[in-house]
Amino acid sequence: MEKEQLNGLNAIELKGINKSFGSVVANKNIDLTVRKGEILALLGENGSGKTTLMNMLSGIYRPDSGSVFVYGQEVHIYTPQDALNLGIGMIHQHYKLVDNLSAAENIVLGTKTKKQSMSQLAKNIEQLSLHFGLNIDPNKKIYDMSVSEKQTVEIVKVLYRGAKILVLDEPTAVLTPQESKKLFAIITKMKEEGNSIIIITHKLNEVMEVSDRVSVLRKGECVATVETKKSSAEQLTELMVGRAVDLSIERPETFKSDPVLEIVRLGVRNDEGVEMLKDVNFDLRSGEILGVAGVAGSGQKELCEALAGLQKVEKGAILYYKENIVGRTPDEIIRLGISMSFVPEDRLGMGLVASMGMTDNMLLKTYKQSRGGFVKRSPARLKAKALIERLDIITPGTETPVSKLSGGNVQKVLLGREIESQPNVLITAYPVRGLDINSAYTIYDLLNEQKMKGVAILFIGEDLDVLLELCDRIMVLYDGQVQDILQADQVTKEQIGLLMTGQKPRELKEVR
Amino acid sequence: MLKSRRIKGEPLFKIQRIEEESPTKSFIVRVLAVLAALTAGGFFLSLLGHNPLVIYQAMFKGSFGSVMSTQGTVKIVVPLVINALAVSLAFKMRFWNIGTEGQMIVGAIAASYFALFKGNWPHFLLISTMALVSIIAGGLYGLIPAYFKARFSTNETLLTLMANYIALYAVQYLKEGPWKDPGAKGFPQIARFAQNARLSMPLGVHFGWIIALLAVPLVYIYLRYSKQGYEIAVVGESEKTATYAGMSVPKVIMRTMFLSGGLAGLAGMLQASGADRTLTDTVAGGVGFTAIIVAWLANLNPAAVLLVSFLFALLEKGGGYIQSMFKISASAADVLQGIILFFVLAFEFFLRYRIIINKKGD
Ligand SMILES: Nc1ncnc2c1ncn2[C@@H]1O[C@H](COP(=O)(O)OP(=O)(O)O)[C@@H](O)[C@H]1O
Ligand SMILES: [Mg+2]
Repeated sequence: MEKEQLNGLNAIELKGINKSFGSVVANKNIDLTVRKGEILALLGENGSGKTTLMNMLSGIYRPDSGSVFVYGQEVHIYTPQDALNLGIGMIHQHYKLVDNLSAAENIVLGTKTKKQSMSQLAKNIEQLSLHFGLNIDPNKKIYDMSVSEKQTVEIVKVLYRGAKILVLDEPTAVLTPQESKKLFAIITKMKEEGNSIIIITHKLNEVMEVSDRVSVLRKGECVATVETKKSSAEQLTELMVGRAVDLSIERPETFKSDPVLEIVRLGVRNDEGVEMLKDVNFDLRSGEILGVAGVAGSGQKELCEALAGLQKVEKGAILYYKENIVGRTPDEIIRLGISMSFVPEDRLGMGLVASMGMTDNMLLKTYKQSRGGFVKRSPARLKAKALIERLDIITPGTETPVSKLSGGNVQKVLLGREIESQPNVLITAYPVRGLDINSAYTIYDLLNEQKMKGVAILFIGEDLDVLLELCDRIMVLYDGQVQDILQADQVTKEQIGLLMTGQKPRELKEVR
Repeated sequence: MLKSRRIKGEPLFKIQRIEEESPTKSFIVRVLAVLAALTAGGFFLSLLGHNPLVIYQAMFKGSFGSVMSTQGTVKIVVPLVINALAVSLAFKMRFWNIGTEGQMIVGAIAASYFALFKGNWPHFLLISTMALVSIIAGGLYGLIPAYFKARFSTNETLLTLMANYIALYAVQYLKEGPWKDPGAKGFPQIARFAQNARLSMPLGVHFGWIIALLAVPLVYIYLRYSKQGYEIAVVGESEKTATYAGMSVPKVIMRTMFLSGGLAGLAGMLQASGADRTLTDTVAGGVGFTAIIVAWLANLNPAAVLLVSFLFALLEKGGGYIQSMFKISASAADVLQGIILFFVLAFEFFLRYRIIINKKGD
């Protein structure tokens, strides 16, 4: 280590960094080094302080104590501009782009480069993108872009400002596997040119694939830094969680009754009149988990929203215990015991009120059911406290705005509340999106627990391995249509993958 | 203030958004704001050749020094508090109602109809009717932009702003046309209200002060503890989330704007029947706009609204007093008010941002 420092090999060196928010210690005495020309993966459970640490590098927060060295020089970073001047660029979990400007305009926004013509600028950007194999259309407006395109703009934005040290906070949480592959090719190229990259991710296979070294945070402390090659997924998990974790998912056998929910010839159009669901038929029984697989935008969101009464149904019926609930208001559907939780790409989305604490969020779907004109907060507070205990939610208190919680904790609050309402049907979309392993397993356990209680569960997921292990049956959506519904223990990942792209493997037998 | 090494070509200071907030700091900054405002105002007064301490003392004396001056100050506070509460209700929902001025006027017009043409009704019945119709009229006037927003997503800022002028011109029309007082020798004004249509004066200030004092805790409880208040907060944060939770967003928007407009309308009735005893085109006189600043400075907190309203009334009443006492011109008194206000508002900036001075590069 000493020698490296002398040679100026370290791009970044953090020494004894501390940071607290009120009574929550987010970072405790952290030492971290990033070498020139390496990819360092930062691993840790949700709330272990990864984002906080990186925010101090990028000038969003300031450390309470400790020192920061960049290329051997001690520095003080007070603003994102300071960080950029030092060559540090961060891609945040929540992108910070101006929606109605084009990619190029977003890229130069706030820079002090001399005025240049739009075409010249577009050319510069193209050159830069070409060099790293990035693919962007400088004139495209942000609101027309997919999540992955927006991310690319963010990356070009910091590169354009001369970043040599790139920090990526959970960049793959919202990407498809193919998009992630592309991203890894880009950062590998950057690394080969001597840049340094810090990447935060919960997906261990990604860590193993792309990183040179891994630093593991646990409860705000840096517990270890290891060479990726000399490590394993099991070892990293153990370091992260603090104990050995069994990485297999249970699929308990249950008694499956008649269908609770029958979807018959469901057709839905979105606001622009595009057909999003076409002739969808399936049923959902109590005591089962029905998984839904499909590439992003295959109609998952519309299906969830139609079931929850949030989306106008054009054709067909949704039968709940043989009774058609199409046309009921969301409120009536909640009262029937159908609970829907959708974790959108920005995570907070529509299930939670960001500025409110856990107590008020617990009330969101049930406040109407108490008598009188006033909300009853004390039972909600007790529920919140129970949830904190049961799901290990890390938060300063029941009244801390949920926007201050880390992503995983936010999701535990959301799903915990839905389960707390003791639904008969639980619809959950992407509940483990961006969650660390331990939290994800907590969620799987919760779902299994509900299943054994006889709840009918519709699980919309991304990770095929998880779908195959957790669900009883898997329904594949493609372009708004049900491709097939299969018994999970009788298919392979490859077969589902094919179905997801609209092809029908011949040898698949119907199990519907 | 912080220092960081300055890199060549960098500006002297930088502005950074404050992500973490602390209540103690907010309090200290607000106290500093008042002190800085008084200092700057004092500097201005010394330029005019006055002793600032004497003037400030006089301003305070002019507003709270005697029973009569206190009564006068309270009279200013009443419509300001009620309007700021009305603004707070809407702003909590992120509905930018800048039309309480107009809603107040419309409430006053509706009440005045009964005062002018049903003046022979028994006092209690008449006053209750006037209060009721002012609430309904103001509420309906607030409902219009709410309906358009809920139905067609129109911009409420523009609509509520324009509605102010329509209301104002309506009074002017009434004053010069149908409601012109024939006994005023051709002078365009509306007749004074009959005794029956005037509010009683407990403790020497019209009954409105009791209403204002009651409204503060009521609005506080409504926002903080009622189901409807909870709905306002959720809708303000995200309409999507509100729909997901089973709320009817249009219903919440319209109901809240009816209440907001209704409160402002009631303030109009209290002002006309209690303070002015007639309907004039200055019945609101900008109170609806001042109320926005009051609500904002009070952070939409009803208790703070009361406090801030008193500070504003002190500036206004005290400003009037020093004009007559020290022969300070009306415009100079206005400038003083402006300076003080400017500083108080500017310091709010420091609660949201911090400034970092760059050291010279080495
Ligand atoms: N602005 C903030 N105010 C209060 N607490 C915060 C704030 N930011 C982060 N925290 C807390 O600090 C801890 C670490 O959070 P974070 O760095 O976001 O974790 P990670 O990124 O590893 O999931 C969490 O307990 C979180 O609730
Ligand atoms: Mg994070």
